[in-house]
Amino acid sequence: MSTPWIAVAQILVLVVALAAVHVPLGGYMARVFTSTRHLRVERAGYRALRVDPDADQRWSMYLMSVLGFSLVSVLLLYGLERLQSHLPLSIGAPAMDPAGAWNTAVSFVTNTNWQWYSGETAAGHLLQMAGFAVQNFLSAAVGIAVVVALIRGLARSGADGRVGNFWSDLVRTVVRILLPLSVVVAVVLIAMGVIQNLSAHTEITTLAGGSQHVLGGPVASQEAIKEIGTNGGGFFNANSAHPFENPTPLSDLLEIFLLLAIPFSLPRTFGIMVGDRRQGWAIAGVMGALWAGAVGLLTWAELAGPGVVPAAAGAAMEGKETRFGTAASALFAASTTSTSTGAVNSMHDSLTAAGGGVAIFNMQLGEISPGGVGSGLYGMLVLVIVAVFIAGLMVGRTPEYLGKKIGRQEITLVALYVLTTPAIVLTGTAVAIATHAGQAGILNPGTHGLSEVLYAFTSAGNNNGSAFAGLTVSTPFYDTLLGLAMLLGRFVPMALVLALAGRFATQKTVPPSAGTLPTHRPLFAGLLIAVALVVVGLTYIPVLALGPIAEALS
Amino acid sequence: MTTSDLTSSPIPVRGGAPRSLGSSVIAFTRQTWAGLRVLLGLTVILGIGYPLAVTGLGQLAFPWQANGSLLAADGSHVTSAAGSAHGPAIGSALIGQGFSGPTWFHSRPSAAGNGYDTLASGGSNLGPTNPTLLKSVQERRAQVAAEDGVAPGAVPPDAVTASASGLDPDISPAYAREQVARVAAARGIPVARVAALVEQHVQGRTFGLLGEPRVDVLALNLALTTMAP
Repeated sequence: MSTPWIAVAQILVLVVALAAVHVPLGGYMARVFTSTRHLRVERAGYRALRVDPDADQRWSMYLMSVLGFSLVSVLLLYGLERLQSHLPLSIGAPAMDPAGAWNTAVSFVTNTNWQWYSGETAAGHLLQMAGFAVQNFLSAAVGIAVVVALIRGLARSGADGRVGNFWSDLVRTVVRILLPLSVVVAVVLIAMGVIQNLSAHTEITTLAGGSQHVLGGPVASQEAIKEIGTNGGGFFNANSAHPFENPTPLSDLLEIFLLLAIPFSLPRTFGIMVGDRRQGWAIAGVMGALWAGAVGLLTWAELAGPGVVPAAAGAAMEGKETRFGTAASALFAASTTSTSTGAVNSMHDSLTAAGGGVAIFNMQLGEISPGGVGSGLYGMLVLVIVAVFIAGLMVGRTPEYLGKKIGRQEITLVALYVLTTPAIVLTGTAVAIATHAGQAGILNPGTHGLSEVLYAFTSAGNNNGSAFAGLTVSTPFYDTLLGLAMLLGRFVPMALVLALAGRFATQKTVPPSAGTLPTHRPLFAGLLIAVALVVVGLTYIPVLALGPIAEALS
Repeated sequence: MTTSDLTSSPIPVRGGAPRSLGSSVIAFTRQTWAGLRVLLGLTVILGIGYPLAVTGLGQLAFPWQANGSLLAADGSHVTSAAGSAHGPAIGSALIGQGFSGPTWFHSRPSAAGNGYDTLASGGSNLGPTNPTLLKSVQERRAQVAAEDGVAPGAVPPDAVTASASGLDPDISPAYAREQVARVAAARGIPVARVAALVEQHVQGRTFGLLGEPRVDVLALNLALTTMAP
């Protein structure tokens, strides 16, 4: 339906908008995290909640704050889900079952927003507002806080493992970045047609005399933070394909822009905080190149429409909205899987085999192009260290990055980080494929069925949240296992990143010498791209060959 | 230097780092309690204050959109399902409806419940090589071609594929034009008038480059009822 020219034009508009915003937003975020002053409202909050925002925490204490906060977040959300039928504004939604409630609580706290339920009937307004939307803010803020701790670790010298204060990072992210942006965006979205009310769903008689429910709900307030925080959990089952979440081509472009805005701005924040903006440019450039590659491939696949069904229909329009067509659907799909968002404006299960394969590959890259808010940058910085290490081996020098030596313990932490998510994804997929309970959920026959399961565990392990939604996951088997994958896929890497941050903060920064590898030049950026692709390629090519690649070649 | 993280903390933990399992447990417990207090505080602000404030702003500034872009049978805007003096709401300008029979322009196939069920939004999730979907596409093509009296090859892609939301309000201009002759004949109005009505309802790309050209089916059918009730 779409023409290549239109596809390219939409991408260019988006790139220009991101290029324009990353300078002021990246700079603003750097000021937020380096300022020594608290806002009056923040200070009042800290006092009321009896929290010391000025204690400079060692990494282990920072980690305990992250874990303690996330633990109570899971418990509170679980409680709200189990008790929602007794809460106001429940609009008749029943309590979630224990396995489903566990899955959803973990899902929203880990910034995954995987959804086994349909929001329009399974979640009341209060659960959406006070449960899901709150975690949309907080899980995003936790991700940003952790990367800020890592940046501080790199920027500091001889700081005894101290990486900042989690409570202050969390509150500032919410109060100074996410909340103001969300208010503005929510109102803009309402103007475009996204609903914002507290009404229940009301039955009406349609023009042709049928029956339909007019939906109600505080959607715009949730939609805004859903994209800004790279969360992706839809108010409704159809997510950003739903006209009440994403009514027009303009709202669509806005949503894609929002889910990329903070992840693409954080490298600038990083560059400023480590005192060398070129380092930020190099990382943003690598993120951008990987994203552009994914967008290009996915757009080509959906516009060309290979496969028997698109050929029979005349275009790959199954699971796509008319107002978006193939080009804007491909752009959204590539962007949502490049970040940890997982919102969808088309049904990924119905993407072409090549297009769906790109979506899976994007997530398997570890969501670093540009990745989720915070998690994308720390994932990329881990790969930077791998690249520095490999380069160091090649030239026979002690590898160092930003004046920090990459020794045995640092590279051990990095290696564990790189191995964690693939272990979760591949083990989970293998368990599901090998058991009846796992096979029972598969909708599409043949190789596509394997892709559905692989997509589910890739999405959960990488905290993405999008799905090949044909897979029936509202079963205790998938709820439990995917919940576990999301939990481990979030907090094991975070713990490793904070440990790494602590080690870097402890080290004295050594000044660059003639033998130091410059990490801001195109040569290094090229090496970094190669490392990202090779690490993922070696890990996942076998299973991709059995799933999307086999389907694309059939 | 005191590095405990709470001003209220009675036990300063030296160096801020737990040195034993016991002190780790104490430190974690203290962080968790602090976490609970922060969580409850932020839940009030983000979970109650923020959505209510946005609801207030939305209802004040954009009441029609905030309540679902509802239309009465004469096409006028209403802000509640109960409607206004113009009658009750017959649907949303943004949400597709199912239309069958020769007198209406038809929407796309829908996988939402039994079709355009707003309580069950979603797509078919059938894959690009799925034999069931292939059969559906072929059957829909034959059926649409027979109903509209056109060659099977003239049936556009959106007429034979289910949308992502199952609530797609639009069809392609090609599919709208393809239905003109059938609707005109069924309503007994000249083909040229119906064709002109379709052209009036073709929405181009936003700014000439975003999204795809499309025709809102509910708006078109509403206009049709005003033209030839």
